[in-house]
Amino acid sequence: MSRTAPLREIAHARAGDKGDTSNISLWVKDPADFEAVRLQITAEAVRQHFGSQVQGTVTRHEMPHLHGLNFIMTSALDGGVNGSLNLDGHGKSWSFILLDMPVELD
Amino acid sequence: MTGPMRIGCGAGFSADRLDPAVDLARDGELDALVFECVGERTLAFGHRDRRADPAKGYNSLLETRLRAVWPLTAANGCRIVTNMGAANPEAAGRAALGVARNAGLEGQIVALVLGDDVTDRITPDTPLPHSGCTVGDIDRTLIGANAYIGADAILPALETDASLIIGGRLADPSMFLALLRHRFGWSADDWALLGAGILTGHLMECGAQITGGYFADPGHKDVPDLAFVGYPIAEVAADGSVTITKLPQAGGMVTMATVKEQLLYEVHDPASYLTPDVTADFSAVQIIGQGKDRVGLSGASGTLRPDRLKVTVAFDGGLLAEGEISYAGRGAVDRARLAAEITETRLRRVHGVTEDLRCDLIGVRSLHAHADYGTGGADTDVRLRVAGRFRDRERAEAVLWEVESLLCAGPAGGGGFRGRITPSIVTHDAFLPRADVPTRVEVLRT
Repeated sequence: MSRTAPLREIAHARAGDKGDTSNISLWVKDPADFEAVRLQITAEAVRQHFGSQVQGTVTRHEMPHLHGLNFIMTSALDGGVNGSLNLDGHGKSWSFILLDMPVELD
Repeated sequence: MTGPMRIGCGAGFSADRLDPAVDLARDGELDALVFECVGERTLAFGHRDRRADPAKGYNSLLETRLRAVWPLTAANGCRIVTNMGAANPEAAGRAALGVARNAGLEGQIVALVLGDDVTDRITPDTPLPHSGCTVGDIDRTLIGANAYIGADAILPALETDASLIIGGRLADPSMFLALLRHRFGWSADDWALLGAGILTGHLMECGAQITGGYFADPGHKDVPDLAFVGYPIAEVAADGSVTITKLPQAGGMVTMATVKEQLLYEVHDPASYLTPDVTADFSAVQIIGQGKDRVGLSGASGTLRPDRLKVTVAFDGGLLAEGEISYAGRGAVDRARLAAEITETRLRRVHGVTEDLRCDLIGVRSLHAHADYGTGGADTDVRLRVAGRFRDRERAEAVLWEVESLLCAGPAGGGGFRGRITPSIVTHDAFLPRADVPTRVEVLRT
């Protein structure tokens, strides 16, 4: 029976910044869930999820042997920490936006 | 000297804690202790401090750290490598001599790694390729420029008998790589080994971020004794493989999960991580648990280093003004929204502010204003934050003034006004040929 869970239940993540580019690495805890995450949490799905926050592109790099995905989002930090008016100009808290995405599991 | 090398990280950023570094210096049985303390902003503010006072511009915690740690490392035969020199490594070296004198530390050698400050080489014609323009197009006051320098620059300092090595914009992972190259004799073009050394540096450079810091999410990812999280130790073998661990009595933890999160922290393409020393390749790294708080990594590699050095060029970014006021109880969100509207209207119409303004309702919607997050109920405890960035101090002060004036003239029940004006900077990346960034080592004796 399939169920839908927020990513936070099956994965963990960390966000970092370089200039106006944010990267979030996403790590699936149980290897059995990796394929579902790989198929559903695509670059395009992440772009949709972040909405207008990401003005540039989303690229995804895969680390399948470690059950990890790395998302690179350009023009995503309101100009970057030195120009942004966001309290969290580094986008450090964004790992938990990503972890709110739902994923359907078998 | 082919056994594993033990390197600790005593700081992962400029304001990092002191006590975990003291523990490492005392009990870590380390060959070296690295303090990574430079970021774009700390460096830019260092340049500004130096201009105001030629004896300043280095990390303000340098003396505090050295007083607590250097006597221990000197007694234990452990070397300190740090970029706490920031915008003024020469002054940092003199300050270190003062610490040694007061602590009765005799016969110590301090090696300074110099040459990263390339402010004099920046002209209006210097290209800023990522920004698609030149320095002259920026229309802001240049504060300073520093090249990221690598292990090549640090090695001559390690070849002296220095117990303390201080530089400025030493690339974070390169401080670790230099120690490994010095210990194991890795050659400057053995890209696979250099990539492995950079992996160690990358994992270690953020301190507690690999030992359970920046990781805990109660109920999902619990970390033991996080208040006393221990800072990391790397045990590196001559073939570049590494085990990450910590002091057994320290809090925190080293697990596959803490290591994975740090593996790609601020990394874009895992197969192409650019450093001054090598284009490191983490894409085939293997991670193996080796028992409690011990995780092993191998399989990092690398290819040819970039032919130019990255330079951070910092400009005056004006003033960030932030004013805050709180509302609580029934209708708090509506009252905070009204306060935001009033403030924005008056800043535009009374003070002529044309710059971007941002109004956050902290507790309801602030960090994630672009996503549909945190829209709580109307009856809560909410803090309005109004922020703007200005070249003109009068406008910055107007933001604070208008928020404070809400106390009497705004919606009911507003309290707890606070305001601050923070100088800010703008940075752009330039790239210089290596030949334009000659480095040198200067030796001081206590």
